[in-house]
Amino acid sequence: MLSETILEMRNICKSFPGVKALDDVDFKLRKGEIHALMGENGAGKSTLIKVITGVYEKDAGIITLQGEPIHFRAPEEAQNKGIGTVYQEIMLCPNLTVAENMFIGRSHTPLVNWKQMNENAAQLLASLGIPASPTQELSSCSLAVQQMIAIARAVDMDCKILILDEPTSSLDEDEVEKLFVLMRELKERGVGIIFITHFLEQVYAISDRITVLRNGKLVGEYETSSIPQIELIAKMLGNELEDITKLKKHEPVVSESSTPVFESKGLSSAAGVRPFDFTIQKGEVNGFAGLLGSGRSESVRAIFAADKVTGGEVRMKGKQVKIKSPLHAIKQGIGYLPEDRKDDGIIYDLSVRDNIVLTLQVLKGFFKPFSLKQAQAFADEYIEKLNIKTPTANTPIKSLSGGNQQKVILARWLLTHPEYLILDEPTRGIDVGTKVEIQKLVLKLASEGMSLTFISSEIEEMLRTCSRLIVMKDREIVAELRGTELTENDVMNVIAQGGKTTCAN
Amino acid sequence: MRKLIKNFSHLFLPLSVMMLLIIINLIKGADYFRITMVNGALYGNIPNILFGASELVILSIGMTLVTAASRGQDISIGEIATITSSVFVLYVLQAGEPTLLTIFIGFLLSCVAGLALGAFNGTLVSIFKVQPMVASLILFTGGRSIAFMIDGKLSPILANDISNQIGTVIPGIPIQTPIILTVVFIVFVAVLFKTTTLRLYVETVGINPNAARLNGINPKKIIFLTFLIMGICSAVAGFIAVNKAGRHDSVNLLKLIMMDAILAVAIGGNSLGGGKFSITGSIIGAYTIEMLNRTLLRLEIEPAMIKVFKAIFIIILMVVASPIVRSYIRKALDRFRAWRMAASKSEDSVQKDSNTSTATIAKKKEE
Repeated sequence: MLSETILEMRNICKSFPGVKALDDVDFKLRKGEIHALMGENGAGKSTLIKVITGVYEKDAGIITLQGEPIHFRAPEEAQNKGIGTVYQEIMLCPNLTVAENMFIGRSHTPLVNWKQMNENAAQLLASLGIPASPTQELSSCSLAVQQMIAIARAVDMDCKILILDEPTSSLDEDEVEKLFVLMRELKERGVGIIFITHFLEQVYAISDRITVLRNGKLVGEYETSSIPQIELIAKMLGNELEDITKLKKHEPVVSESSTPVFESKGLSSAAGVRPFDFTIQKGEVNGFAGLLGSGRSESVRAIFAADKVTGGEVRMKGKQVKIKSPLHAIKQGIGYLPEDRKDDGIIYDLSVRDNIVLTLQVLKGFFKPFSLKQAQAFADEYIEKLNIKTPTANTPIKSLSGGNQQKVILARWLLTHPEYLILDEPTRGIDVGTKVEIQKLVLKLASEGMSLTFISSEIEEMLRTCSRLIVMKDREIVAELRGTELTENDVMNVIAQGGKTTCAN
Repeated sequence: MRKLIKNFSHLFLPLSVMMLLIIINLIKGADYFRITMVNGALYGNIPNILFGASELVILSIGMTLVTAASRGQDISIGEIATITSSVFVLYVLQAGEPTLLTIFIGFLLSCVAGLALGAFNGTLVSIFKVQPMVASLILFTGGRSIAFMIDGKLSPILANDISNQIGTVIPGIPIQTPIILTVVFIVFVAVLFKTTTLRLYVETVGINPNAARLNGINPKKIIFLTFLIMGICSAVAGFIAVNKAGRHDSVNLLKLIMMDAILAVAIGGNSLGGGKFSITGSIIGAYTIEMLNRTLLRLEIEPAMIKVFKAIFIIILMVVASPIVRSYIRKALDRFRAWRMAASKSEDSVQKDSNTSTATIAKKKEE
């Protein structure tokens, strides 16, 4: 029963002008399994999903759904055949009620039986164990519950296949766990789930099988229990694996000079972070660890004055300075790569060149614009240095992949030659190759004397790069971990206990 | 050439509209471009358009900046121009015998008034975060009454030679003065863009104010600045308009011109939702609107009907330029190219086949 195949794809090919997005790919989904689809950005995951759901038409190959060949021309057809899709960004209406969101556009009559609809919704919510009331406004639910409601909407109408495209990227650990409970429930019912994510630990926590794609080609299908993590990464990256293992051997260089580059005492901000003390030495890499909402982002935002600073004093190289706005911070030689690349980082429509020179231009002043030639030279320099993949410096940043956009923002800050650079989740939502590149860069910059704060949801990344971890819980610093032999478990324990001890290995 | 086309692709819409209008006009009469000298000045269709569009061009420059930075429009520009020009008239009439100096001081005073009114709108929008259209609704409603109060009576008359020359022609110079003033203003704006980072800042603020702030740009200041510039543009436009008219009619001066200014921004290929902008596009858009007005007159459409035809023209224009039609055209072009490529390929292969077959025949013959 469990091994019954519901979806089979054979020899799927799909080309776009100049690129072969899918090259002879096979994919098999069985009934009641959670199947992770893995690969770097550009490996062909999304294209494969879009071929299944009928967004794209395949060039060649066969798709069979429960033994019968199918050929979808539009997403609605796939939906009607029981293929539900939930995307990374929640595509619901926050101002409607939960029930309305679940059934909007589903009824075929012009009139709505509100009572019936709410009853149906309540039933479905209860059966899936989603903690929401049908008449509640969607915006009053947490992100995880919203994501679950999106799934409930997709699952309704006897769904056979559920596709989850990075559903966890905006959820914290608790919320992810709740989502997993729901996924397991659906799995019990015999729904085949295709799960796409960048988080390896989530893949191991929930999936039964893994299919790996690389550069549009099938690498293979594996049982999750039989493939170790390092091997999985190797399959995804190809020959880039060597880099990631080499990286571990790198030791951050920390010189313990007497005056720290940056020092804060009792710093607090309007975003609600409790007054905290913080120092960073020249050439040091440290990180803020903690769960989402623990205040790690708020802390670094307070340092950069991205939120309104409400108290505390700040010293740069021993000298007391006033940092009341991001501009002050930039002038003092602090850089800040924000957590939310799309909302706070990139200037969507502007060219890569303008995006790179922006901050240096602000530093230089309103009445001293760079000549086009000068700006182009800066852009070219950093496009080469950071290996940014863009057709030209004139290309709008919106048409670049997430990883390359992040590199552009990095270039923007590196161009200002900051003494202290804060990177808040620079590796989030980008492909593994770029993640490795960014970590390498962090270590290289530190060895050249720059001080960096590196924050990442993936603790392993911080362990690889940081020599000191500041652990936060409930908007307060609860511990500081030093030493090079830290393990993920140590950090997890401190986060879990939230003890006020300072551990040293 | 391809690079040139790429750099000016954003001007495709305004330029093609202009071409269309020129063709219509040439069909109506081949003498469209004819320019004659009357009393030492150039007259003809083209000088008339340049002359008539002066105020609109200047206002559309300011409107472009306000739109780009604040993601909204200032609908009080005609009223601001009416107030600033009433200040100008008030000063000139009080100063007694008008000289070049009094006119100039009057102009400067009207600019100060423009700055103050721009600052009023700018404060509401940037600090109090009122929607630009709502903020400027205040002056739109009350502006003409304020101008009337400053005038003290209906239409004070500006009867002096200097005003007349500013509004029409200066003897000895063949080009009408408003055209020259407009060109000077455009050059001034061009220099402003060349010597400051205004474009980068305005675009950044319009696209992503959060990111702008985190990179050291104060979005409030930039939005405020664009409203100040809008105030200056309104003052200059009011100055030209009142000198053209020779009297200050606070009820009808530049009435409803904000509609044309917004339209000029849109025809110029700019998004009314802010962000990237093209001043050149807006300027061409402004001249295009004036050309359209005069084309409809030239086609001898009844004056009462002109607005209907203008509306129809704009509907067609906006539909043609809409993203949906654009992507449809792009798809059709792609298909056409693919078809042509396939056709030429099959031709090639046919030729090759025939070549090889003749070759084999030749070989066989040799054997």
